[in-house]
This record gives sequence, structure tokens and C-alpha cells, in this order.
Amino acid sequence: MTTLPTSVSGPLADVDFAELEKSLQRPRTLINAALDVVVTAMTVLALIPLFSVVWMLAVRGGKKLSLAVLTQLPPAPLEAGGGFGNALLGTLVIVGLAALWTVPFGILNAVYLAQAKPEDRLATGVRFATKVLTGFPSILAGVFAYGAVVLLTGGFSALAGAVAISILMLPVVVLTAEDAIRAVPARMKEAAAGMGATEAQTVWMVLLPTALPGILTGVMLAVARAAGETAPLIFTALFSNYWLSSHGQIHLMQPTASLAVLIYNFAGMPFDNQIELAWAAALVLVLIVLALNIAGQALSRRLPE
Amino acid sequence: MAEAVSVAQEPSSAQRFADAAFRRLCQLCAAAALALVVFIVLRIAISAAPALSDYGPGFLTGTTWDPNKGRYAILPEIWGTLYTSILALVLGTLFGVAAALFLAEGFLGEFVYQLLKAPGLHLHPLWSKLPARAEDALRNLVELLAAIPSVVYGLWGLFVVIPTVRPFCNWLYAHLGWIPFFSTSLAGPGVLPAVLVLSIMILPTITAIGRQALVSVPSKLRMASYGLGATRWETIIGVLLPTASRGIFGGVVLAFGRALGETMALAMLVGNANQIRLSLFSPANTLAALLANNFPEAGPRQVAVLMYAALVLLAITLVVNVAGALLVQRAAARTEGAQ
Amino acid sequence: MQLRPLGVVALSLALAAACKESGGGSASPSTASTAAPTGDVVRLQGAGASFPAPLYLKWFKAYSSSHANVQVDYQSVGSGSGVKSFIDKTVDFGASDAAMKPEDIARVDTGVQLLPMTAGAIVVAYNLEGVKDLKLSRKAYSGIFLGKITRWNDPAVAAANPGAKLPDAPINVVVRADSSGTTFVFSKHLTAINETFAKDVGTNNMPNWPVGTRSKGNEGVTASLKSTPGSLGYIEYGYARSQGLSMASLENKSGAYVAATTAAGQAALASAVLPDDLIVWASDPEAKEAYPIVTYTWLLAYKKYGDKKKHDALIDLLDYGLTAGQKDAEALGYIPLPEAVAEKVRAATRNIRAEG
Repeated sequence: MTTLPTSVSGPLADVDFAELEKSLQRPRTLINAALDVVVTAMTVLALIPLFSVVWMLAVRGGKKLSLAVLTQLPPAPLEAGGGFGNALLGTLVIVGLAALWTVPFGILNAVYLAQAKPEDRLATGVRFATKVLTGFPSILAGVFAYGAVVLLTGGFSALAGAVAISILMLPVVVLTAEDAIRAVPARMKEAAAGMGATEAQTVWMVLLPTALPGILTGVMLAVARAAGETAPLIFTALFSNYWLSSHGQIHLMQPTASLAVLIYNFAGMPFDNQIELAWAAALVLVLIVLALNIAGQALSRRLPE
Repeated sequence: MAEAVSVAQEPSSAQRFADAAFRRLCQLCAAAALALVVFIVLRIAISAAPALSDYGPGFLTGTTWDPNKGRYAILPEIWGTLYTSILALVLGTLFGVAAALFLAEGFLGEFVYQLLKAPGLHLHPLWSKLPARAEDALRNLVELLAAIPSVVYGLWGLFVVIPTVRPFCNWLYAHLGWIPFFSTSLAGPGVLPAVLVLSIMILPTITAIGRQALVSVPSKLRMASYGLGATRWETIIGVLLPTASRGIFGGVVLAFGRALGETMALAMLVGNANQIRLSLFSPANTLAALLANNFPEAGPRQVAVLMYAALVLLAITLVVNVAGALLVQRAAARTEGAQ
Repeated sequence: MQLRPLGVVALSLALAAACKESGGGSASPSTASTAAPTGDVVRLQGAGASFPAPLYLKWFKAYSSSHANVQVDYQSVGSGSGVKSFIDKTVDFGASDAAMKPEDIARVDTGVQLLPMTAGAIVVAYNLEGVKDLKLSRKAYSGIFLGKITRWNDPAVAAANPGAKLPDAPINVVVRADSSGTTFVFSKHLTAINETFAKDVGTNNMPNWPVGTRSKGNEGVTASLKSTPGSLGYIEYGYARSQGLSMASLENKSGAYVAATTAAGQAALASAVLPDDLIVWASDPEAKEAYPIVTYTWLLAYKKYGDKKKHDALIDLLDYGLTAGQKDAEALGYIPLPEAVAEKVRAATRNIRAEG
């Protein structure tokens, strides 16, 4: 480390170099360091539950984790072995379906909200409505989808489950995407306008790519929550102990297994095999979402800003 | 000399058409979203109509839930919902924003960098990527909290949180029982375990969105602040947080919504007792948990009552959001910096 | 952002394609011959009570394994939701611990056939160090759940347990947080044996319990009982047995203290004569060997099925459950139907016809 000169001639002659050195004895520096420690401690504290939960899952379900468990059907009570392959597939299908319509629809909504003038009443109404939807209890989403889809189609289905899940995903996607689009600096919008771009071109070529990380955060949060919700699926997708596909086709209009419902079912049974499978399924669910998160980040790094 | 070709030009008529079509599409989506929410609320209201006429506003002020005598009232649930959600929000925001700052400021990356500097690896082609990778890993870990299913949080609360906090809570009850917040003993499920688990459930939302907001603050603001001689924390508190406050608040709104509507975990942890108590260790009940616990067995009459409770929950969400928006408007006028 | 959902769907399609190949044979010896179905698969979907779910799941899995063209599914959504789905005709059959109310039966135009498929006992489990074989008189256990008896060394409890070291500690009562058929049956029994209970609390899926901390589900109550010393609560027999909780012997109408065993359960059921509509409650059996809290659980079927294949599969399935299936009952914690009852139920299945 270079030491500063104790005295110098010329314009810097009056400067007290000793005072320029960083010292914990200064109150501002001390507060700075103290806050560093506090925020680090709080973050560590915030992460302890995560490790605690994952530890619990690993301890109670880890021994069940194997390829067999990911490819087999659920066992009957007092039966050994078995797995949750169909539930894994079901979760991917249901969440995939829900995301398929929620993400584009939510982003278009967000574009409208972000670009709308402050006096626009439709925008105010939609924003309000979306905020009301943030507090929607998950079981109600299931009840609504039961009335809207199951009764209409005459049976439980993955589609109904996806509709229920999408109600829970929508507010997260819309509100985060709107904030992300709004956060794009105004100068970029003005520059695009100055070059003769229409609003649509500005949105597609400037706003959305720039806001992508923020939008992605919202989508990942929505997907993570959707994958783990039980209550909406119990009355819509129900459950199934069989594969979703037969003869090479995926049946979307049949009762569908899902990891969340399997965990709920099995954790409530007084049989050790089932209870352990429930923990293993929870571990797998968490890992899937982690994988999706990582994939999403890798994707956003690839796409040019 | 050749004339410079300009990219800037007026939009062609095809582009104008696409623009108008796109704008119309966005507007239609917005209208559809609004229609969807109105439709949902209407359906709930229609299901609730019999209960609305049977019980009226007394539903909101009574405290007895007795299906046998046909007496239903949800004041304890309204109290429980607000009590647990607000406490969880305070706790979650505190830790969530702290974690967001930790991530946005890159403390972990800096720490790893310092670690690499000692053996001189900080410029190594492979090792130099470690700080960024460590930051990514930490970010993923925090967002992983959002991936844990509700049911698992409930089970974790039952098997880990309650046994862990029970001795501590009972010590508080024994020694400081005169404080209303500690005035009962912790028998098992109760407000405190529910609040602890709920705050962890909403933390990833606040952290992920807060981090995004903090990272989006233009670096020139940060550099300007440092240039004026501010320390890191003076910059954070004086410049970053106010500028990012709108985004952070968006995260808080979503988190609060989640807290209000959280069903499964609270149904397992809050104790489901129809009482109004200030004590953190006593069981309580929330509207969402009430729905979750009673819906599967509800006959048509009870379904109407439960839908009435659901309407009340939606109304609470609306009121809270309106109040929050007003609060933010006042605060933003003072603190939002220029971009 | 639109790439990820496509990626998820693509991934799931790939998985599904992979499943098609591996769909038939599974290596584990337990999931035996799930042979690939030839021709159309008949799917039967049921939903309802969670109480019989383990037994039904075992039956349906065994049946589907040996009948390649039939796939039967069951999901516990609660008796109330099961009845609702049954009325809405979104399922092929339902299940309920509380049978069906006449007004609900009237709403089903195709007619309803209720079939008691199995029975179970509800036990009063407790967690008290050093006290095994607790005996609770009728006055004692109904008083505990009324909140009138609050300490373990209360004379009403001590009287039936001379020699047991009952501490001077509060009884931590645990009840259900969620509405359930188990609660319905338990409260029905308490209503039958205690007038104060009948007046103040009553029979319900979710009565206004005057005392007790609430836990969700049988498994929640079990977890609470296991982790709270000095606690007492009511759960299904299967849970108490598999989780190793002590169960109290209860005084029945004849004054005998009976523990929950298969024989005691069957004695209780025998005392309740099954009428033609097959709905009966053994709320307070008189027999000396009878365990006082037992209940049938019903499977709900329509009297007419439009699809002949479904009809035939259902009848065959019910037949299986009422004959070979009864052997699975005891191992899982249920009470096998008495012979006479099983015969009567099998006869009733003939009321279910295929139409059109």
C-alpha cells in the first residue's frame, strides 16, 4: 500500500493527508462498517430458513431420491417402492400451460399499463383490479376454476388446473413487468421516437429487451409459486395415479397428478413410505424450480440487450 | 463524399398499421384482464348473496362461528388476517430489503474477490469468474425460497419452527407475561410461528424485486454521490433507496397480497381459534385459513357464508392497496430523485 | 420470455414421449404387471372423503393392475366436496363419511345408491408420560371435550384408573381445525352420550368446540399429540396405531371399558341393523364388547350409468372391494364389514343399472 506524503508543496499544500485516510474512528466510517455487518447478518439470517427447509427435505426424503422414483407411479398404501413420475410430468404440463397464456397476456397488459397516460381510466382500473388479485386466496382460485371450467367441461382436467394457477400467476407477472418497463430510462424511448420508430417498434425493440431481466424475475417468481400451490389444484386437476399419456398422446382433459397435490396427499397419510415420498417430491419440486431459474438467467444473458 | 445514411426515417404505412394493431391488442388485453377480475368478483358475490342477505353487516362484527346454531361471524378472522399479515410484512420487508441490498451491492462478490486476491487468483481466466458466479448462486438461493411449496412450509413450521421457538416463547411468557404481546403460553400453532413462516414466504418476492429495482438505478447517480464524498451507506440511504423506492414498493405490494391470501401454510400454523388476542403466542385464525379448512366439507349453505368471507378478504386487499398507494404518492413526491 | 414456457412444454412433451416407452413395465416388484392396455381404456374417477382413501387406493391399484383396460382413480377432497362433485356429475362415484342428506339425494336425477364399503373406529389418543392403558368413563371423556374436566388428576378420570400416576397438570385438548367426517362422527357420538354436549355443542363437521387447540387434518392432530406432553385428542385408529400413540379404553353403554380392536368394532357394527337405504349410525352401541365410536363410510354411486363399459367395470370393482378387498382392511386400520353386511351391500349393487 502506498503511503501518502505528509506534506507537499503547491496547490495541495493545505491539505491534511492524514485526514484523507480511512479510519474507523470517524463516525461516518464506523456507521458504514456497522451497517455492512448488520446487513450481512440479516441476509445470513434470512437464508437460514432456506437451509433449514432444504435440510429437512433432504434428511426426510433424500434417501428415497433415485431415478426409479422419478419414473414410477405412486404406490398404494403399505406398498413399498413406487414414485411420482406422473406427478412430475403433471406439474410441468400444468405450470407450462398456465405460463403459456399468462406470460404473453401479462406482458401485453404490462405494456399497456406502462405506456398509458396517467388519466387513462382503463389503465387505472386494470391496475386496481390486478392489485386486488394479488391477495386472492389460492383455494378460491380453485373454486372459481371449478365453476368456470370443470362444470363446463364436465370433468376435472389439467386445463382447469392451469386456469386456476394462472389466476395466481397473473398479478405477479403484470405488476413486475409494468414496473420493469417503466424503469427503462426515458431517454431511450425518446431516442427511438426521434429515429422515427412507432410505439410498437419502441416497445418491441427497446423497452422489452431492456426490461427483460425485470420481467424474467416476475415470471420466475410466478412460476415458482405456481409449481408449489396445492389448493387450486385439488378442485380442478384433482389427481391421478396413472400417466398423463397413453398411446403417445397427452390428455389434457383428464384428472392430472401434480407434485403439490401428491405432497399434500402423502404427507397426510399415516404410512412411512408415502410420507418419505412426499418429502422426496418436495425436494424434487424445489430442484426443478432452481433449474428453471438458472436456465432463465442463462437465457437472459444470451439475448442481446 | 458520400452522404451519411440515416437510420432515422418516418414509419412506413405497414409499420403504422402494425403499430395501431399492436396498441389495440394491448388495450384489448387490458380490457380482458379487467373483465376477468370483475367476472371473478361477481361470481363470488353471486355465490355469497344468500349469506349477505342472511347475515348482513353483523357478519363482520360478531365473533361466534357455530355451524350448528347457524351463527357465523368473522371478526376474529379479519383481526387475525391483518395482524399476521402486517407483522409478517414488517419482518419480511426488513429482512427482504436487507437481502436485496446485500445482493445489489455485491457484498458477496466483493468478499470472494478479496479472497481471490490473496493467492493472486483474481485475474485468473477461470477463477476471476467466481465472484459473479457466487453472486448468481446467492440470488438463486434467495429465489429458491419462493419455490418451496406452501404445504412444505406448513410442515416445516410444525416440525421445526414451533419446537425451536417454544422454549424461548415460554421463557418470555414466564418472565415478561405482563406485556400484552407475551401474555399466553405457546401451546403449539399460534400467531408467532405463523408470522415467522409467512415472513419467510414473502421475503423472496421483496428481495428479488427489490434487488432488480436497486440494480436498475443508473450508475451515474451512484457515482455522483460517491463523487460528493458520501460513504456507501450514505449513498444507499440517501440516493439508491429513494430512487428505487417505487420498485421496492411494488414488491412490497405483491408480498402483502401473498401474505393476505396465504392459505395452506397458515391453515396448518395459525391455530385456527376464533378469538381476538394481542398475544403473539396465542392461536388465531385468518380468512384464507378459514376458507381452506371449511371449504372441502361445506354444504351449499356454508359455501355462501365462506364466499361472503372471501369477498371481505378481497375488500381488505383493495382497501390496503388503496391506502398503500396514497401513502406512496405522498412519499414519492418528496423522495423520488431525477432520472 | 416467451421461450421458457415453450421450453417447459417441449420438455414435458419429451418426457411424455419417454414415458410412453417405459409406461408399461416398471422394474419394482411391487408395481406388478401394469400391462399395456389393449383397446380403449375405461377410466373411473372418484372423489370424496379422506378417511377411506388409503383403503380405496389400495383396492383400485390392485384392481387396475389385474384388469389392464380399467383405470380407477380416487382423490380425497373431503366428504362435502365429494358429495358436491357427485351431484355435479363431474365424477363417476363419490365417497362420504356422513352418507348423504335426503335433500342432496333428491338433487341427483339418476338416483343414488349408497354403499357402505368399510368401517373404522375413532380413538381418543393421548400423550402422558408413564400412563399406559388409560381408561376414560363416558362422563370423563365427554367432560374433557366440553371443557368441564381440565386436569389429569380430576376425580372423574382418576376413578377409572386406580394405581395410575395421574399428574396435577392441565389436559391439553387437541381438536380438528378443519371440518371433517371424523369430527362429524365423533361429535355425533358425544351428542348421543352427553346431554350438555348435545345442547351446547352438537353434531357437526366443524362444531364450535368449547376447548382445545386446533390442528389441521388427522396428521396435524397426530403431530400435535406427539409433540405436546399431557395432550389428548381424537383421531382415526389407523393414525394412532401407525404413529405409536397411546389410545384410551372407553366406557361403552354397558359400562365395560373397551379398547379399539377389530372385534370390538365389529361388535359395535353388528348392533346397528342396516335398513334398506343402507344408512345407519352406531352412535352408542349397547353390546358389552362393542367399542363405542365406530362408523361406516359410504361409496356413492348413481343408480343409472349411461356408459355400459363404465357400469360393468364399476360393478366388478365394487364386487372386488366387498369380497377380496375386505382382507386389506385390517392391515390398513379399518374394520372389515361383517359377513351379513357385505352380503347386503353386494345385493344392493344390483340396483345399479346400465342405461341406454
